[in-house]
Amino acid sequence: MKYRGHVWKFGRDIDTDLIIPARYLKTSDPAELGRHAMEDADPEFVNKISAGDIIVAEENFGCGSSREHAPIALKAAGISCVIAKSFARIFYRNSINMGLPILESPEAVDGINPGDEIQVDTDKGEITNLATGKVYRAKPLPEFINNIVRQGGLINYIKDKVKA
Amino acid sequence: MGMTITEKILAAHTGKDSVNSGDLVNIKLDLVLSNDITAPIAIKQFKEIGVKDVFDKDKVVMVPDHFAPNKDIDSAEQCKMLRTFAHEQDLTNYFEVGRMGIEHALLPEQGLVLPGDAVIGADSHTCTYGGLGAFSTGMGSTDIAAAMATGEIWLKVPPSIKFVFNGHLNPWVSGKDLILYTIGQIGVDGALYQAMEFTGEAITALSMDGRLSMCNMAIEAGGKSGIIEPDQKTLDYIQGRSNREYTAYKSDDNAKYAKIYEWDVSDIEPQVAFPHLPSNTRGISGVGDIAIDQVVIGSCTNGRLEDLRIAAQILKGREVGKNVRCIIIPATQEIYRQAMLEGLLEIFIDAKAAVSTPTCGPCLGGHMGILAKGERALATTNRNFVGRMGHPESEVYLSGPAVAAASAVAGKIISPEQL
Repeated sequence: MKYRGHVWKFGRDIDTDLIIPARYLKTSDPAELGRHAMEDADPEFVNKISAGDIIVAEENFGCGSSREHAPIALKAAGISCVIAKSFARIFYRNSINMGLPILESPEAVDGINPGDEIQVDTDKGEITNLATGKVYRAKPLPEFINNIVRQGGLINYIKDKVKA
Repeated sequence: MGMTITEKILAAHTGKDSVNSGDLVNIKLDLVLSNDITAPIAIKQFKEIGVKDVFDKDKVVMVPDHFAPNKDIDSAEQCKMLRTFAHEQDLTNYFEVGRMGIEHALLPEQGLVLPGDAVIGADSHTCTYGGLGAFSTGMGSTDIAAAMATGEIWLKVPPSIKFVFNGHLNPWVSGKDLILYTIGQIGVDGALYQAMEFTGEAITALSMDGRLSMCNMAIEAGGKSGIIEPDQKTLDYIQGRSNREYTAYKSDDNAKYAKIYEWDVSDIEPQVAFPHLPSNTRGISGVGDIAIDQVVIGSCTNGRLEDLRIAAQILKGREVGKNVRCIIIPATQEIYRQAMLEGLLEIFIDAKAAVSTPTCGPCLGGHMGILAKGERALATTNRNFVGRMGHPESEVYLSGPAVAAASAVAGKIISPEQL
């Protein structure tokens, strides 16, 4: 899959309370959650972004709670992909399970500026900065996880398994 | 090469003689947990899978504790989803308001987790059960849905970091202070994807409540799990709580560790984490003059009986500062009852503290003590992220129950020694 969008940059340790504050966890409706994505990091975030835009962040993105509402909110807000130097582990699993592509690439994070237009090829693990033409490699997904992604997420993967 | 306690538990749950860190394994689960925030999505995904029944109605646990007792209509609808599903599936371990407590205090108390178990929960603080010598870790709702259907989950065997705590604890230093100190030393991603194994004479000296409190915050260092080898204290704790068979594993002397830290706890004073990360810690002597509007003593980290006893020891014969709201939340009904029998509740009420029924409530800015713009709280909870307890421009400081209780009296953050 290929994704193309403008970059919104964040620092390190962006926690799940910043991604979706707990005061909105009274629902699991994606549209409602999407309206509050990143609200406590930037109250105007959802009004500023366009569909397909990409979040680029430093280390430990998604630390904190196990709330799956976090990747759901980002996806529903229109974020197509998250690139970070590293991810917190529960957020990482949740994103894979929700079908939100996430890539680890410290070089890309250092080389990409806010507002740059970038293209992400998740099959090849390539990130191209269209502003500079530079291409960065992302750490490929482990084969086992790739199988889950190929089957369209964990629920489809399990559906096949319980039928077998 | 020998194995760590974590590797031994995971090997046993895959039916293999041994596993190595980095192996991707499919493990059989002893318990699968969710709550009123995470279960609604898990239930939806479970139905999507298309199986009729959960894999084992004794091993799927649901606890409405976050926004329960229902804080508003939306929360009531979420709790109702759990209740309906629990009844449909005839779940043995669904805990209604009046029976429930904060999940990570409740499950050990009810004897639902034993040494050597493998447990996952849709709550990041599921790592608490490492205090009993179990492998336990938090996951999201979809993983929990898959586990409710199959009784299994895939994961990567984590490398282990060993933390050795030597020496004797200083007065007022608890398990909470040791874990805050640890996170302060290694950072909020210092144990990312890894198992944190706590050992040494200071750990042996800790009560079960203190051990559970330490393992509870492994996630705040990015850890997959926290664990402490079971000993006689562990076995005494589970005695009478469960008749189920268990295995008390221990790490081999030649087990492999990614890293070993060794500290002398006589150098560690009560800790305070400043906003907005649990790693932003200082010893109490370096805190300075920080006035507070609210104190919360409770949560899955520090709402256990020992925590309430420490708070009562300090609050006895004293009063909470006039400009401070002090909210004390026993973590389970059983702890509440015991606190009543021991006279702790009377001490709290005489001290002008508010005592509440069990709930996660204020810890995640849900209800029962939300902060206004510019307000500052000291809490025995586990996270001090931006907006965690209310307004995005409020502040949360973290400490153990001793510093929290003393600070409630003083109206600013102080050591109990300063009272």
